Amino acid sequence: MATTTPSLLKRITPQLIILAVVLGLNLLVFPDFFDVSFRNGRIFGNLVDVFNRGAPVALLCIGMTLVIATKGIDLSVGAVMAIAGATAASLVTDGHGWGTALIGALATGALCGAWNGVLVAVLRIQPIVATLVLMVAGRGIAQLITEGTILTFNNEGLIRLGAGTVLGIPTPIVIWLALGTLATLAVRRTALGMLIEAIGVNEASSRLAGINSRVLLICVYLASGLCAALAGVIVAADIKGADANNAGLWLELDAILAVVIGGNSLLGGRFSIVASLIGALIIQSVNSVILLSGMPPEFNLVIKAILILAILVIQSPKIGHLIYMLRASGPESLPERARPSAAPKEDAP
Amino acid sequence: MRHRRKMQDQPPLLHASGISKFFPGAVALDEVELKLYPGEVHALLGENGAGKSTLIKCLTGAYRRDGGVIRLAGEEVDPKSTADAQGLGIGTVYQEVNLLPNLTVAENLYMGRQPTRLGLVNRRAMNRAAAEVLEGYGLHIDPGEPLTSFSVAVQQVVAIARAVALSGKVLILDEPTASLDRDEVDLLFGVIRQLKERGLSIVFITHFLDQVFEISDRATVLRNGRVVGERLLAEVSQHDIITLMLGRQLEARVAEKKGGKPGELLLQVNDLAKRGMIEPFSLNLHRGEVVGLAGLLGSGRTETANLLFGAVQADQGKLLLEGRETRITNPREAIAHRFALCPEDRKTDGIVGDLSVRDNIILALQARQGWMRPIPRSKVNEIAEHYVKALDIRLASLDMPIRLLSGGNQQKALLARWLATEPEFLILDEPTRGIDVGAHAEIIALIERLRENGMALLVASSELEELVAYSTRVVVLRDRRQVRELTGDEITADNIVHAIADEQKGAA
Repeated sequence: MATTTPSLLKRITPQLIILAVVLGLNLLVFPDFFDVSFRNGRIFGNLVDVFNRGAPVALLCIGMTLVIATKGIDLSVGAVMAIAGATAASLVTDGHGWGTALIGALATGALCGAWNGVLVAVLRIQPIVATLVLMVAGRGIAQLITEGTILTFNNEGLIRLGAGTVLGIPTPIVIWLALGTLATLAVRRTALGMLIEAIGVNEASSRLAGINSRVLLICVYLASGLCAALAGVIVAADIKGADANNAGLWLELDAILAVVIGGNSLLGGRFSIVASLIGALIIQSVNSVILLSGMPPEFNLVIKAILILAILVIQSPKIGHLIYMLRASGPESLPERARPSAAPKEDAP
Repeated sequence: MRHRRKMQDQPPLLHASGISKFFPGAVALDEVELKLYPGEVHALLGENGAGKSTLIKCLTGAYRRDGGVIRLAGEEVDPKSTADAQGLGIGTVYQEVNLLPNLTVAENLYMGRQPTRLGLVNRRAMNRAAAEVLEGYGLHIDPGEPLTSFSVAVQQVVAIARAVALSGKVLILDEPTASLDRDEVDLLFGVIRQLKERGLSIVFITHFLDQVFEISDRATVLRNGRVVGERLLAEVSQHDIITLMLGRQLEARVAEKKGGKPGELLLQVNDLAKRGMIEPFSLNLHRGEVVGLAGLLGSGRTETANLLFGAVQADQGKLLLEGRETRITNPREAIAHRFALCPEDRKTDGIVGDLSVRDNIILALQARQGWMRPIPRSKVNEIAEHYVKALDIRLASLDMPIRLLSGGNQQKALLARWLATEPEFLILDEPTRGIDVGAHAEIIALIERLRENGMALLVASSELEELVAYSTRVVVLRDRRQVRELTGDEITADNIVHAIADEQKGAA
């Protein structure tokens, strides 16, 4: 059930346009924005930074897209990042290799996701409440793992996951692009995508049609936990330490926002991971505009809010309908009340 | 009797005539007439989907009617909203009490018109007045207590008291007794009788025929959006009313010769039951056989279908598939054994509204194959196009969301979903409900064709002619129990009505 290329392109056009506009704003405030240079065996540039800094939210929104497609939500991803970062840090400081640390962190993330999944799919707790539990408890668990300190490490292998490069490209970029591609293929080259969408639209019908909604729901939350764990490891590796209090703080909201900007409905159903990933890039580009414009930092959050609001207004169904009417139809086919008061120019050349 | 004659001499208090309501692709009400005389309890009867609630919604302004005139005490009225209707004198009390459970009884009674003193709510006066009003209804309770501390019956009476105080001419009770026990019903009926004495017109909607005969003076029976009869209940029997509700052709139509002999035994159901839902149910089903499930609403038709499909789990009894005992605990297992169920409620249990018609058709087959083995796009198109053509599903494109199709086409797409899984045992629960006449005939013809091809079918339906037309056997249910099995020449609408009604009498 692969989405064909033309229909995918059509689906993500609005997101691409918004991204282009926000990147244009970047260029406006910082003329060298698109310059990319190659130094010391890696690429540098502001655009590269957008992709690199956007990695955690991009990773989170892959799992979040799937969860939201089932009509759920995962508020715990920020806290799971902290837990996974703490797990990786504590494993390397205990002398384990970076491979063990990564696997340990991912396993912890999977466990957290499975916990959410069981609460939602088996105990039938509303997703927002079920994941709220881990959102609150998760930071506490992370603090227990780090024993209340910022657990620093200098394991080269682990640090490379956040600050290293692969063929000159920063590792986080490679990781989220790879995982995004993998996830897209996994849902679209198999029937998973359709089954997830079916559950999100109508779980009762899906169950009667023979879909194992319980297992599928658990898997979706588990995937979200895994994505969060990977994001957590990258953030920890980047600062060479696990900060239980601040790692991934509020990032669940950015991830949800990325999914929404990606045009996915919070009511579940049809979804596009690619569109969500572009949404994540849009958010990071907005951050970049604010940074590059050199405005006093105290303006940051307000300006970000205004830009996001503008994006959501443009995407709202009302505005979309208006654009559709203005574009798809000359004055002749506009409904009576929308028609300009001037006489219709039927015999215009 | 004298009292009733007197009623008829008076002009009706509420007279709705020619009420029509159209929904996309369906006529919900077709020139319906309803006459309510002052001081009468008027039962509004009909199976699900007959148009009772649509009619009520048109009368109370919840829906805008597409045609017809409503006269209240001779004056033409046009309620535009429920508040509007309330102001005119038409009050409604729904099955789920629409009061505010966290407030006190008195607050609920006087919400929006509390007695005030110096601009503040005068609680004392309000409680006193509420207590007085409720005592008038024979309720001696403290109106200062929160509503939730009382039983549903008391809450119903409070809702009625509020509706009467606000409206006071016509009171519509929509299934008020659905969740009441016998004592509570008596309490409610006491209140209804009292209101009747005061000259109110009361519309009583219920599925319990015994209660209809106990409290009502007159009944209007709806079927498929039309009035099929208005009767003085003193002059008719329950049997007559059931006949009207279910409908039947006058000449006893014997089942047409059904070509082909039933094949080998496919399914043996031995005393399958679920406590509180369906009594032990037994059935032997052969290939090439259509067994009809008949019974009034709430008789256990849907429950039986769900039980066999594993949508609800049996807690006793056995199921043998081709002689081998088989446990089915969920729909997935049923589908693996080549069972299929087209559910009664198409919207909530059938279609996946936002997905395309294509995805909806392929869903069950894909779910059975598992997510690892996606059905190739070309194969999907082939299957979908095959069934669109075979079942004559009318659509603009396979890519359009299924919710945009008409009811009949949605139903056919759901049938396509299940036929694509090539089932051996197909359960259809109300396959023709709410669909247009053309699609109706096609689905009946399809059932016939599937049977001839050797499929075993179980069809639950409230349409008697339909059951007679396609069933090789009919099982009649009442009160969640199997009461009769009709075979061969016995299968007539008349006999089915008798089987349902005799038992009904037995229970009264």
